[in-house]
Amino acid sequence: MEKRVVFRSAWLPYALLAPQIAVTLVFFFWPAVQAIWYSFQLQDAFGERTQFVGLANFAALFRDANYLHSFGITALFSALVAGCGIGIALLLATMANRVIRGALGYRTLLIWPYAVAPAVAGVLWAFLFAPSVGIITYALRRAGYNWDWVLQADQAMALVVIASVWKQISYNFLFFLAGLQSIPRSLIEAAAIDGAGPMRRFWTIVFPLLSPTTFFLLVVNIVYAFFDTFGVIDATTQGGPAGATQILIYKVYYDGVKAADLGGSSAQSVVLMAIVIALTAIQFRFVERKVQY
Amino acid sequence: MVENRRWLDILCHAVLIAGILVIAFPLYVTFVASTLTQDEILRVPMPLVPGEHFWANYSQVLAAGSHTGAAAPVGRMMLNSLVMALAIAVGKIAISIIASFAIVYFRFPLRNFFFWMIFVTLMLPVEVRIIPTFKVVADLGMLNSYVGLTLPLIASATATFLFRQFFLTVPEELAEAARIDGAGPLRFFLDVLLPLSKTSIAALFVIQFIYGWNQYLWPLLITTEESMYTTVIGIKRMITGGDALTEWNLVMATAILALLPPALVVVLMQRWFVKGLVETEK
Repeated sequence: MEKRVVFRSAWLPYALLAPQIAVTLVFFFWPAVQAIWYSFQLQDAFGERTQFVGLANFAALFRDANYLHSFGITALFSALVAGCGIGIALLLATMANRVIRGALGYRTLLIWPYAVAPAVAGVLWAFLFAPSVGIITYALRRAGYNWDWVLQADQAMALVVIASVWKQISYNFLFFLAGLQSIPRSLIEAAAIDGAGPMRRFWTIVFPLLSPTTFFLLVVNIVYAFFDTFGVIDATTQGGPAGATQILIYKVYYDGVKAADLGGSSAQSVVLMAIVIALTAIQFRFVERKVQY
Repeated sequence: MVENRRWLDILCHAVLIAGILVIAFPLYVTFVASTLTQDEILRVPMPLVPGEHFWANYSQVLAAGSHTGAAAPVGRMMLNSLVMALAIAVGKIAISIIASFAIVYFRFPLRNFFFWMIFVTLMLPVEVRIIPTFKVVADLGMLNSYVGLTLPLIASATATFLFRQFFLTVPEELAEAARIDGAGPLRFFLDVLLPLSKTSIAALFVIQFIYGWNQYLWPLLITTEESMYTTVIGIKRMITGGDALTEWNLVMATAILALLPPALVVVLMQRWFVKGLVETEK
């Protein structure tokens, strides 16, 4: 779609675009190009000399057991975050869509966690589950369950998943609620007249009609789990114990900032960029066409 | 309602109330912990009713920070967070709205090229290019400054898209009438387009304010001086490791202070928030 009526000026459009383009060039393109450039370089231990090594950093990366392990962790983590987050939000949204009385109140009380920073969400849950003072830890111990996420890998994973899902539910909830409200009433009524019960109506009509929303949320949640959860992890487990919660983005940060391995970290950045580009492309391809039934 | 099933209504309310309670539980415990003394928290299990040290804890963190961890006053951090959130929200809206105005209302060479250039920044989240971006900012001498905190984050493909979509729905007749009346592009932008965009601006503002306030990785990298910490970073710096050493009462008071402003924005500006969220993602 294009405008028929336009203004004419030789310089004004460029002047209007200049700030956005300048920021984009300096802080997006230039660093991205540098990341690609560094990823082909090897730096000596003192950071004095660099050497062009071609794809050696990438080859080293994919031979590195830690990196492959981090890939697996990230896959597990994002599957859990997306799966739990979408499932719980869908349940709550379906219920909220049915109630009439107090609908706005319920919505208000469910959406505020969106405003909580991932790092703060991590701190809140880390406190509840803290090995010695945590209130949930206390309850679990009373129930005979030994909880200590500082030492146990699967418990550390559970903690970061819970904190990440908690923060993301409100986002998923709002999108599902909007999706549910746009489903024509007549379809549901027709099915009810034909004798379909609530469960059957949900699975044969509502759920398929929600598939574009579900798919969109799936991509968004995976991107969220890949990148935005950095704060959750840094504020709680810091990738531990023994790399059990070291997702890819945390490893980029750790290797680049803490371990000062510029080449290796940049190579990881480039791999991540490729993943984001793929996810964005998938999202646009399918969301544009509104995949469904 | 399609049919009247009493048990189903009760079930709905029950599930929603259970959901709300589970979601609110961490917030409640956090608030309770922020009103206790450290000793009361260490006496496991901690009480689940608010204690009497609300003022003591909050005035302590606001004015002086924690004892064992970072000792920077949280009041200053909240100011930093506020500056960062406002600068990012206003900056993003300002540069995006004029960029989309240029793209929609002008025809000029390289128009599509610029549009795609803004578009692909969607694919380069700050987390992916942290280290080189950090180097650029360090080379420009912007570490530990508000400019360094905000400028690299204000380019926005989503905001540009949103305004572009909106401008495309503005009736052609308005621009036509403005031209016939002899108004130039800037006059048209200021007197016609800007007032029409109010709703979109409000919606974007809410989303971007929260985005700015909640930034973590970026301020973590570029602020090394305590006076430049944002609130979210301050919390992290107060946790010294080890349950006994961390002053959880102060950490929790800071956590409440960190989440209150954006939560209030969401709840009080709910209408704009929902609109902004749904529209920026389309």
